Amino acid sequence: MSKYYLNYLDELESEAIFILREVWAQFQNPVILFSGGKDSILVTHLAKKAFYPSKIPFPLLHIDTGHNFPETIQFRNDLIKELGAELIVGSVQKSIDDGRVAEEKGKNATRNALQITTLLDAIEENKIDCAIGGGRRDEEKARAKERFFSHRDDFGQWDPKNQRPELWNLLNGKHFEGEHFRAFPISNWTEMDVWNYILRENIKIPSLYIAHQRKVVWRNDSWIPVSEHLKLEEGEEIVTKKIRFRTLGDITITGGIESDADTLEKIVAEVAAMKQTERGNRTDDKRSETAMEDRKKQGYF
Amino acid sequence: MQIDKNQLLRFTTAGSVDDGKSTLIGRLLYDSKAIFEDQLQAVSSTSKKKGHNGIDLALFTDGLKDEREQGITIDVAYRYFTTPKRKFIIADTPGHIQYTRNMVTGASTANAAIILIDARNGVIEQTKRHAFIASLLQIPHIIVCVNKMDLVGYKEEVYEDIVHQFEEFSSKLYVKDVRFIPISALKGDNVVNRSENMPWFQGAPLLHTLEHLHISSDVNKLDARFPVQTVLRPQRERFIDYRGYAGRIASGIFRPGDEITVLPSGFTSTIKSIDFDGKELEEAFAPMSVSITLNDDIDISRGDMLVKTANQPETVQEFDTMLCWLHNNPARPRAKYTIMHTTNEQKAMIKDIHYKIDINTYARNEEDKDLQMNDIAKVKIRTTRPLMIDEYRDNRTTGSFILIDDATHETVAAGMIM
Repeated sequence: MSKYYLNYLDELESEAIFILREVWAQFQNPVILFSGGKDSILVTHLAKKAFYPSKIPFPLLHIDTGHNFPETIQFRNDLIKELGAELIVGSVQKSIDDGRVAEEKGKNATRNALQITTLLDAIEENKIDCAIGGGRRDEEKARAKERFFSHRDDFGQWDPKNQRPELWNLLNGKHFEGEHFRAFPISNWTEMDVWNYILRENIKIPSLYIAHQRKVVWRNDSWIPVSEHLKLEEGEEIVTKKIRFRTLGDITITGGIESDADTLEKIVAEVAAMKQTERGNRTDDKRSETAMEDRKKQGYF
Repeated sequence: MQIDKNQLLRFTTAGSVDDGKSTLIGRLLYDSKAIFEDQLQAVSSTSKKKGHNGIDLALFTDGLKDEREQGITIDVAYRYFTTPKRKFIIADTPGHIQYTRNMVTGASTANAAIILIDARNGVIEQTKRHAFIASLLQIPHIIVCVNKMDLVGYKEEVYEDIVHQFEEFSSKLYVKDVRFIPISALKGDNVVNRSENMPWFQGAPLLHTLEHLHISSDVNKLDARFPVQTVLRPQRERFIDYRGYAGRIASGIFRPGDEITVLPSGFTSTIKSIDFDGKELEEAFAPMSVSITLNDDIDISRGDMLVKTANQPETVQEFDTMLCWLHNNPARPRAKYTIMHTTNEQKAMIKDIHYKIDINTYARNEEDKDLQMNDIAKVKIRTTRPLMIDEYRDNRTTGSFILIDDATHETVAAGMIM
């Protein structure tokens, strides 16, 4: 090695590892919020590196809406086995059955917002004091203001106007009982960085991200996958398309894009030429201009 | 793209709403094609609703609801864009006086600061305040953009006069690298593309300047400092005796075989290996995150620091520092706070306030000892146990700290050690 500077991917990696180690050092009972999406897979991969040769010291917490892609659950279970990590599942269906939340009604009903209650319940039940998320600041305008260590009050709420200043790399995770933190080690990564890194490290990802033939319907300007939860509306027609997904959320709201990108290299090239943000295909963000900020204040991911 | 060579540059923007700061960032993002179609659509429709002609570039950066309603930036927002040469992180911070703390926050990790001056107004109090904070936080590169040149007829004299004013007052500050660029963020002159309206300006446009700043030397590579974050003891087969000290190198370069001293205990040893992800490295430098093993069994824990025996920081319990107060609750003299310095946490108190600085005039005030939100002062700190410190000027990591109020757990102050 003759140069004494890092390229940007190495610098982002080093920053994320520093943050993960700070979480481990400053909290009693931290978990990784695992959705099965590429960002939480990346965070898990980084955690593995941060503590090697020790085993990954965080359990994975999955908030299960019941509206999953079957591939996601399979992937989750395989990964848990490989890591030898603990899995905690918070079930939205159970929250509904227990009467904690009520299913949304109407045309674009989803279980997206219901996750907030399940997540906060899981945090309380398991006495979790820090939930590590794969949120990135480039995803959405409210997320652009997130700290690495983000405080939540004892109702799990975020107060974006009254955040602790975060200077240099000094992270203040101090809190009172009942409060918790969200930690975002990949805050500074963009979608492009994530894909470049997945390619470089050859990280395993669910097959959903790679172009494949799938039955879909055209709704809200994107291809929504056919599943047992999808109710066809008048004029909608099931077709088979070669598609892939840029983000993975609930199967009911995650739209795919038509694509021929069936290798990681092709995905990177495709992402580089994209003209829409990745959340552009998420109907949960399209509800209003401040949809994400409103949910985040209540305790969303 | 040759991404293995591309570096990351963090910069902060200082300026008020009226200086067109958000417009400048919007312009950089827009012209470097970092704006997506759906974002553009959202902004276009909002612009129309507000009755603007064309798109209001500032809307790309204003994130939170209240900001969009009031048309001001109230917190640090981070923006990203990439060119074939570099990846950029912008810390967009508000410029008005009550938000000094956010500017300090954004400046703390920046390689470069862009200071915006409205060509019609020239150097004003706010400019001095921004320059002072950039120098206080030791941002290695300062780029002064004289904006709204279109409104002064792109006249060279106006620009030259402002450059002269800036150089005059900034001679009192400690800044290393200052450059000036005449721009119009609104019209796009000298932001991404060279301006045809100012042929008298021979320098490079802003983006080109940002792409070519020499930043490899911004991190101290001379003084080897390794604050221990946590200890890795795998207790697994094959690694039963492994004891690695995990951390991020704060400065300098380490190699296996180096003679090191553990502070504050003073025990010495040599580096056995520097590990990362199952590989042994031949050397490691700041800001790499690694795990270091030693040839001797020494009791080392979080908060300790490994340094080269031949080059050590000061180990002290009392020191002078610049302090920026960040919280609504004013400082309580002689009260105990938690001090966070690298990974080392101790109790501390403000023993003495030497003077406060008026950041508009740079005048020192030795009478007023009241530290309020946004105040900057030179103080003496005393800690219950030793800290391993360098001067902030030499080392932004081992020369900085924060104070935390134990009653609220809030971060209340940021310090730069002198």
